[in-house]
Amino acid sequence: MTAVVAAEGLAKTYLLHLQGGARLPVFAGLDFAVAAGECLALAGPSGTGKTTLLRILYGQCLPDRGRALLRHEGAMVDVAAAPPRLVLALRRQAVAHVSQFLRAIPRVPALDIVAGRALRRGTAPGEARRLAAAMLERLNIGPALHGLAPATFSGGERQRVNLATAFVVASDVLLLDEPTASLDAANRAVVVELIGEARARGAAIVGIFHDDDVRRRVADRQLDLASFRAAP
Amino acid sequence: MTAPLLQALALGRRFGRVVACRDIGFRLHGGEVLGVVGESGSGKTTLLNCLAGALAPTSGQVLYRPPGGGEVDIWRLAEPERRRLMRQHWGFVAQNAAAALRFDVSAGGNVGESLMAAGWSHYGAIRAEVARWLERVELDTARMDERPGAFSGGMQQRLQIARALIAGPRLVFMDEPTGGLDVSVQARLLDLLRGLVAELGLAAVVVTHDLAVARLLADRLLVMRRGEVVEQGLADRVLDDPHHPHTQLLVSSVLQP
Repeated sequence: MTAVVAAEGLAKTYLLHLQGGARLPVFAGLDFAVAAGECLALAGPSGTGKTTLLRILYGQCLPDRGRALLRHEGAMVDVAAAPPRLVLALRRQAVAHVSQFLRAIPRVPALDIVAGRALRRGTAPGEARRLAAAMLERLNIGPALHGLAPATFSGGERQRVNLATAFVVASDVLLLDEPTASLDAANRAVVVELIGEARARGAAIVGIFHDDDVRRRVADRQLDLASFRAAP
Repeated sequence: MTAPLLQALALGRRFGRVVACRDIGFRLHGGEVLGVVGESGSGKTTLLNCLAGALAPTSGQVLYRPPGGGEVDIWRLAEPERRRLMRQHWGFVAQNAAAALRFDVSAGGNVGESLMAAGWSHYGAIRAEVARWLERVELDTARMDERPGAFSGGMQQRLQIARALIAGPRLVFMDEPTGGLDVSVQARLLDLLRGLVAELGLAAVVVTHDLAVARLLADRLLVMRRGEVVEQGLADRVLDDPHHPHTQLLVSSVLQP
């Protein structure tokens, strides 16, 4: 199997200087590999580092030890050690991250946020807007909302803007942090479909899926992070 | 990877016995936006001034790579050479627009001066380009002939941005570009700057004490304290997983609305 995403001996401890140097060990010795077309579900109780792991793979969080590897232009890149420019190039070209937050930029309409991802990938402006509108509609965000900034949107609508941004162009790697958390059944079904299509296309997916039904339908393997808990 | 556009090497600046900046090093590539954050007095503005040719460093080097040429150490250039390079390749956005604008010249004239300095001479062409840029920064072109004194603070800041960007610089230095403005004006200006930087593929160094502004504008951050860089990295990594005690303090001190 050719890995697209992999962790080798990954360890993370948060060191809180302002709280008397408190150490919060998250995990240690974490190893796994995900091939193209596979979906790995991260499991484990709250605090075992599921979100931290996704953030490490996105370069948003720095591990203390080990390598966080993503395939890019034929080679494995260690996101934890790569220069910022390379991580930014990876994000632009290969990796999509759906977080539980939408960092809404004041004044920027939903359509432009979603189209922005396609533009950064090099899609022509007209085509980027067409793809963005189609993906928003697929996620049941109608044209009336396309021109509005998501600052005023509901939690579920914001999450769907995040999802539309991640899925508007194909990515080799998808990092999904509870992608269906605040969605109704109809929208959950759309997300399950989108994940299925991404897998069929060969995307490697690592995700946190609290909804058992969704997890059974999208993931083929589960990794229990509780078994990598670091000693305090 | 390609060569950097701007490099700081062991850059330092003292004022008498006071060390304002010590041993600063980084590389900036075309199209990258570097944010410099820290509290007031941490040396951000001194660093920016040393980088931007406004204040001679007392140690270290600032290397700039002009198009098609080799690296030049900007502080080893003769003064007129350095001024020419700054005028032709760089743009500046100061916190206080009033200090950067000329109040005895019309709004359009303030913006058009940058084109004249870059060698434009046809009046009609300059006026047309100025009008295009006033629209781009969302100023009413009908007010082109008014003096900047008749404009609000936010409008003066947009005028300054047009003046800084109209001649097509490759590198822009910004010192608290949205400081001192109402939040609603600040949001529009940030969105405008973000769009322009992306659209024009500019490299920029942005000094700000506002971490939200830094997150929005910058790809990478330098965190400064007492004249030194205590942490640097991808903007969201520094803000979401801060390592240095001082960065943790800055991040945890931000008020959430």
